[in-house]
Amino acid sequence: MINASEPQEQFQIDADRTTADEPRRAAVRQALGNYKTARSKTENAFASWPHARDAAATIKYEGINHLDRYLREFEEKFTARGGKVFWASSGAQAREYILRLARERAVKSIVKSKAMTSEEIHLNDALEKDGYHVIESDLGEFIQQLKHEPPYHFVFPCMHLKREEISALFERELGTAKTDSPEELTMIARRFLRRHYINADMGISGGNFIVAETGMISITENEGNARLATALPKIHVALVGIEKIIPRLADLALFLPMLATAGTGQQLTCYNSMYGGPRQPGEIDGPEEFHVVLLDNHRTRLLADAEQRDALHCIRCGACLNVCPIFKNIGGHAYGTTYQGPIGSVITPHFRGLQDWKHLSGASSLCGACTEACPVKIDIHHHLLQNRRNAVSEKKVWWERFIWFGFRELMKRPWAYQMAMRLAPVGQFFHPLVLGTALDPVNSWTKTRDFPAAAPQSFHDWWRDRKGVRK
Amino acid sequence: MRVTLFIPCFIDSLYPKVAMSIVQIFERLGHEVDYPEGQTCCGQPPFNSGYWDEAREVAARQLEVFRDAEVVVSASGSCGAMFKKFYLELFHGHPQEAAAKALAAKTYEFSEFLVDKLGVRDVGARFDGKVTFHDGCHGLRELGTKEAPRELLRAVKGLELIEMGEAESCCGFGGMFAVKFPQISTAMAEVKCNSIIDTGVEYVVSNDSSCLMQIQGYLSRHSPRVVKSLHLAEVLAQQ
Repeated sequence: MINASEPQEQFQIDADRTTADEPRRAAVRQALGNYKTARSKTENAFASWPHARDAAATIKYEGINHLDRYLREFEEKFTARGGKVFWASSGAQAREYILRLARERAVKSIVKSKAMTSEEIHLNDALEKDGYHVIESDLGEFIQQLKHEPPYHFVFPCMHLKREEISALFERELGTAKTDSPEELTMIARRFLRRHYINADMGISGGNFIVAETGMISITENEGNARLATALPKIHVALVGIEKIIPRLADLALFLPMLATAGTGQQLTCYNSMYGGPRQPGEIDGPEEFHVVLLDNHRTRLLADAEQRDALHCIRCGACLNVCPIFKNIGGHAYGTTYQGPIGSVITPHFRGLQDWKHLSGASSLCGACTEACPVKIDIHHHLLQNRRNAVSEKKVWWERFIWFGFRELMKRPWAYQMAMRLAPVGQFFHPLVLGTALDPVNSWTKTRDFPAAAPQSFHDWWRDRKGVRK
Repeated sequence: MRVTLFIPCFIDSLYPKVAMSIVQIFERLGHEVDYPEGQTCCGQPPFNSGYWDEAREVAARQLEVFRDAEVVVSASGSCGAMFKKFYLELFHGHPQEAAAKALAAKTYEFSEFLVDKLGVRDVGARFDGKVTFHDGCHGLRELGTKEAPRELLRAVKGLELIEMGEAESCCGFGGMFAVKFPQISTAMAEVKCNSIIDTGVEYVVSNDSSCLMQIQGYLSRHSPRVVKSLHLAEVLAQQ
């Protein structure tokens, strides 16, 4: 693998490599083909999917546009039951809070359930550097942790792997026997993970929704690992992005089936749990301490952008990745971001700098499949267009400026345009002289595709001739 | 009705037959056709590249050219979407905002105009062959044109319409995207074209020549057998 210094250069290199890997692309296509079938079936179980989307977008709009009020309401209700809330402006603050907590409570072993926020702030690296033993308990995340690789897809972390690859990984890392049975592979992970739940003194989770009205965190999962990771250790820390807010408990009646439908094509995920605080007097289980870390980490920067604020409606279902032809062909790792796919291409420039990450907004045919699939109606592909515009108004690239200057001068003068159209066949006559060489101005097209021949007579000239004859 | 044509720049120079076919169809249906000769490009290339100031100057020119038209029919869904949707954003808060709104309101994509505005389904065409239809993304998702081209094709005598699995998947053209990210664009074309080839058709038809440039460009280089691409108008013009 080649490492480039610039994210844009790295992206081009990785996209070259991954698009050439047809077996991997075929596997991803097949997995997502199954998703499409399942999803359309479940969508039909809604009285009206379009109306459900409208309702969801309205609720998220309300939550995000009154974020201050609803977050404070959450804090008030949650702390009243003995929970602790930490407001983290940055990833560094969130990391520091969790590290300090682990240090003060003499934590040794940490078990985690799936949390993209922890990937976002590189929490595992920080914890491991300070000597803590950290284990991922979501099966996909566990596999990726063993592989020392970031998640491939923020909902399906190891969707790119075949079962024989997982078997080989377990053989190497855990010393288990070779198997091609998914059930057996799951049992291997389960047996390995069980003792870690029992030994861990801290459990770290994410959160799918923050319910303001009742001061609760809602977690959606299919494996039951989050329930164990949050209930068994004596300390539970939930690291949640502030945009996960919803105003009312009743809103979950829409959002839980919607997240399952858009995310995996399920009607509901297997486990949906509400976490409202630490163990209460008289309760027999649950953590002694429960901390919620509310993570901003540039989300308020996105909030300040009225045009793209709806990107904070995202419930991280991954639907936009699942339908994206770019994602399907380049795969998740090529993006080089925590959040892959179309929504990642929208928000990453806000989180990590527009000039460094604008190429992701450029790497789109703007087909709009993402926007069509988004359950909360984020105008994803138009935001990509706005990112391109914003990047240019911030800083123009000299050669692009030169091209579009020429284009403008040509296209605003019909006589110049028509002359260029008449010259096109002449230019094309000489094209074979440079075809396939570095001198070919359209090499990046002709390398893989044929270019049509310019017609000997343009429509414009045909029309003019015809008009002349008719007169 | 007096139909004013918007013939995008690449159709003008690379696919003039598409525009000639459109003229033929409207005249056959008894409409008067007009083609303002001052038209050039809708400005989508700089617009999609983020160069909105440059795009606006080119677009302003088209606002002028089509100011007096009764209805404007675009030969391409993508360039039609530029008039109908993106000019509204491009001119938002600018002096020409009202003109942009007026143009948007009277612009139609070719198949949508025939079916939804004129109420025509059978244009009296005959075309012998198996055909699959590719939905251009801008026509499909920006303008919501899905059924109109299919209704027109189903009414063509001798034509058998076979849907492909990936009808709504992007072909990977995307304007400058196709040359800035050729590897991704080509991979997308591969998926699309394999789906076309799998149907066993002889022709792939679309209402967007830009997609067809990509599809034909890939097919003629890589396809094991000949599949020809045609604009919807080229099919409907045949008798």
